[in-house]
Amino acid sequence: MTTEPTPTTLPFDGNSAGESLAGDAWRRLKQNRAATFSLFLLGLIAIACVAGPWLTPWGLNEVDWNAFTAPPSIADGHYAGTDANGRDLLTRTLYGGQISLSVALVATLVSLVIGVLYGAIAGYMGGRVDNLMMRFVDIMYSLPFMFLVILLMVVFGRNILLIYAAIGAVEWLDMSRIVRGQTLALKRREFVEAAHALGVKSTTIVTRHLIPNTLGPVIVYVTLTVPKVILLESFLSFLGLGVQEPMTSWGVLISEGKDMMQSAPWMLLVPSAFLAITLLCLNFLGDGLRDALDPKTR
Amino acid sequence: MTTPLLEIDRLRVDFHLPQGTVSAVKSLDLHIAPGETLALVGESGSGKSISSLAIMRLLPDLAEPSGSIRWHGKRGEEALLDTPLRRMRQIRGNEISMIFQEPMTSLNPLMRIGDQVREVLKKHTSLRGKTADERVIELFEQVGIPEPRRRIASYPYELSGGQRQRVMIAMALACEPKLLIADEPTTALDVTVQAQILRLLKDLQQRYGMAILFITHDLGVVRHFADRVCVMRHGEIVETASTQALFSAPQHPYTRMLIEAEPSGRKAPVDPSLPVLLEARDIKVRFALKKRLFRPSEYFDAVRGIDLDIRRGQTLGIVGESGSGKSTLGRALLRLLESSGDVRFDETDLTHLDGSAMRPIRSRMQVVFQDPFGSLSPRLTVGEIVSEGLRVHYPLLTRREREARVIETLEEVALDPAMRKRYPHEFSGGQRQRIAIARALVLKPEFLLLDEPTSALDRSVQATVIELLRTLQAKHDLTYLFISHDLAVVRALADSVIVMRQGEVVEQGETEALFRSPRDAYTRELMRAAFLDAVS
Amino acid sequence: MLYYVGKRLLQAIPTLLIVITVSFFLMHMAPGGPFDGERQLPAEIEANLLATYHLDQPVWKQYLLYMGNLLQGDFGPSFRYKDFTVTELIMQGFPVSLELGLWAIGLALLIGLPMGIVAAIRRNSTVDYMVMGTALAGVAVPNFVIAPLLALVFGVLLAWLPVGGWNDGHWRNMVLPVVALSIQQIAYIARMMRASMIEVLGSQYIRTARAKGLAEYEVIWGHALRPALLPVVSYLGPAIAGIITGSVVIEQIFGIPGIGRYFVQGALNRDYTLVMGTVVFYGALIVLINLIVDLLYSALDPQIRYDH
Repeated sequence: MTTEPTPTTLPFDGNSAGESLAGDAWRRLKQNRAATFSLFLLGLIAIACVAGPWLTPWGLNEVDWNAFTAPPSIADGHYAGTDANGRDLLTRTLYGGQISLSVALVATLVSLVIGVLYGAIAGYMGGRVDNLMMRFVDIMYSLPFMFLVILLMVVFGRNILLIYAAIGAVEWLDMSRIVRGQTLALKRREFVEAAHALGVKSTTIVTRHLIPNTLGPVIVYVTLTVPKVILLESFLSFLGLGVQEPMTSWGVLISEGKDMMQSAPWMLLVPSAFLAITLLCLNFLGDGLRDALDPKTR
Repeated sequence: MTTPLLEIDRLRVDFHLPQGTVSAVKSLDLHIAPGETLALVGESGSGKSISSLAIMRLLPDLAEPSGSIRWHGKRGEEALLDTPLRRMRQIRGNEISMIFQEPMTSLNPLMRIGDQVREVLKKHTSLRGKTADERVIELFEQVGIPEPRRRIASYPYELSGGQRQRVMIAMALACEPKLLIADEPTTALDVTVQAQILRLLKDLQQRYGMAILFITHDLGVVRHFADRVCVMRHGEIVETASTQALFSAPQHPYTRMLIEAEPSGRKAPVDPSLPVLLEARDIKVRFALKKRLFRPSEYFDAVRGIDLDIRRGQTLGIVGESGSGKSTLGRALLRLLESSGDVRFDETDLTHLDGSAMRPIRSRMQVVFQDPFGSLSPRLTVGEIVSEGLRVHYPLLTRREREARVIETLEEVALDPAMRKRYPHEFSGGQRQRIAIARALVLKPEFLLLDEPTSALDRSVQATVIELLRTLQAKHDLTYLFISHDLAVVRALADSVIVMRQGEVVEQGETEALFRSPRDAYTRELMRAAFLDAVS
Repeated sequence: MLYYVGKRLLQAIPTLLIVITVSFFLMHMAPGGPFDGERQLPAEIEANLLATYHLDQPVWKQYLLYMGNLLQGDFGPSFRYKDFTVTELIMQGFPVSLELGLWAIGLALLIGLPMGIVAAIRRNSTVDYMVMGTALAGVAVPNFVIAPLLALVFGVLLAWLPVGGWNDGHWRNMVLPVVALSIQQIAYIARMMRASMIEVLGSQYIRTARAKGLAEYEVIWGHALRPALLPVVSYLGPAIAGIITGSVVIEQIFGIPGIGRYFVQGALNRDYTLVMGTVVFYGALIVLINLIVDLLYSALDPQIRYDH
């Protein structure tokens, strides 16, 4: 008989509005200092990547004939040094950040849309349709996807749109499984049956009762997908199969830095630091969101 | 008077939470004599389970117990709260043992049950090898596990809930303890199984001469099982008395309230000439267990051809244990799941109506579910939940008119209308159940399906919900189909009853007649178990 | 059991078929052939080459030809390494990759599991925060960043270990790549083990075990460890797949002659048969590993039976 917790509200104070679950989660997230700080830092990095390249004194492919492989220095405006071609590393890193982050956002969005639709349909339809759809996902899972993506890159050339699509197409599998599981569980909940009993239309049940309640896990999963995608993109770029000149990305810069690490360690360290901090923050934020939205604490 | 076995003085348990310190147990005094059965009774949140865990020193790290717990065991008097943990481990499972509420999760799922019992023997006795095996088999025989020699190699998932609880008891008795703490040992079980387990505990108590501290929320069980009773509320004992004295002359108002909260009252049968509102013929429901793509699927028949008639103003009760198909039948009648057979509601044949044709009828037949936590959409406000039906069936109402209807309905179920802007997770179980009733009632239905609406609630809350359902029925001339496993509640609320088992009707009739003289053997067993005639 | 293994192997056939088909047709949709190299070849030499490799036949014929050869374990000749067949290249690289991968997964388990267990037992203590902080850093820093950094510090600055090369698997050559390859998996395994251990330690049957009078180490070894390992075991499939993927860049960075390096070289040089051969080989390997992991899981959990 432990099913009934003490009610969280004490005497009612007139007309005060209640706190929604989202508001509740936001409040708990704000109490998590690591997550809030990560969110702040991520915002900062994003702003720097978008606005930074215009603010630094050097252009993306502008060559400073006086500074080849120059170490970081405030005096000549190369705050993070230059590369072997005399190009400003900070400008290049921030610009590379634009590419890495945009790949992450677009690919995550692709995986979100495909995954949520696929998972919700499978879960809501149930039965044979569900069985067939999930069998397909199982087969996709057992493919060596990383290698097929590389194959794709080899065949169609290193096109940035293709990177978006390819990574998004890999990542939707997990999302569809999560959404399907949620939908299946929610479908059996009594409030959905009660809505059926009220005569609410199926489409309204999906939009009003099912989707809002899958949002929590989906948001958590999205914050964990973004770093995975960033990692994947840098991995491809590092191997020389992703973004290519004149564009650049963190993976490309790290790959260039690796070859120069003995003579110009900043070329490796600066983009690596940006990548690592971004990944770390996203992971902290994901963990914080999961704690804040944890269904067990509801 | 002999030396008590266990004496607890001013036990206090504080939980140090981030939000501050909460006292789950404020001041507990009790003593247990050797061989005695003491019941510790209280509703959820009273601190009774926490107290029992404090005796065993099994509290979570956040909890800090204080006061004194004195144990008179094999080594004379010992203060359990201060004794070293090493000594405490010698006492656990040996001098004092414990069984828990959740038989499904209290056994290690990856370990054979024989090994789980043998582990206790290995820890506390010198029995090893074959002799230990023989003792395990003997214990399994004593607790009534069939084919014990074969069963010792089973895993928990191969056993039913009742059998798992028997394994727990075998484990607890392995070292012949002086005290057995039983924390709601039968709450999760069906009534017939509950009766068997209680009878078993009584037998074993006599055989081993042990004392039992029996923790429960169920006064009905206590009456037939305990020598003395302590009533606990908000972390304190409010009354201690012998069982007989407590029931015949309860002193504390809370005790009186608990006793009175046992379902009471009867409903007179309705006039048989009244029109039939809901008529069902040969209802069958089958579920696919395994849907296969290329081979025939496996099926389970949950409901196997049931007929029933419900007249206007009638309350038809459906009773049955878990798996009897009673809830499935209810959902089939409301056309919430696929079934075969005919359903007629107020002369309209519902059998072949599709979703949109069914919609106008839905406002006339509504439902209230068991789970007060699962039945309200967690991201909508109470106002939105209650008004959802109005949006579907009266789309032309203005916002203001809808609001007025919601306020009126909330008042009717005795909720403060100011609550309508709040979210379900801010309410207690009883309040949520009232919200669920309001959601159904706002459409002014004629027929209500009540699927275990009071089963998840404490008795005292249950009583108020039952009273509310009675009042509403009288006021609006409602017709109820009341599904429950709780025979006492059904007896209080329904005027006629159907007893179901494995998807079939075992017996039906007017409530009083059926309860006084059940004809079917299964019904009789159910009655005996529910009112515990078998134990006393 | 045998029936189950057979069934799972049968189920793997469509997966492999998809891998082979998809990669075959992708490769053949590629603009530019394997011989559009730096300079234009004379027409008759090119025709000759195409004929040797059956590239002048219709695609469907090439496909059937390739499938037929595959069934005999023949991945065809490499377009770039002229004197080798793909099978030879794979068989040359595989033992190296296998050794690297086994050490890496072994190290990941050997370090990750105890880290997670200790953190869970000492939950919310300084030890826990330190372990989990380290693990989070391990998750966030990708192996292609760790590898050059390790090489820089231990290979160049301290000069304790060689910066690259394989040297027939001498242990000094293996330390850095194995560490670089396993760090991320150590972090994942430690986090997963901690989470599942905490969940198990809070379960009802652990309370039962304590109520029996068992000491804490008996509770953890006897009752908590096995159930807590289950999620980690089911993660082993993805973990090994991750290590295989990671080995591609690690072999590249440290100049190790494994399959990963052939794969990247092949991909950059449009060596059709080599790339396809490796993809198919990896596909089969992953299918096999998943089967082994499933069998391991069912050995730990009696509730999983082979009948479905």
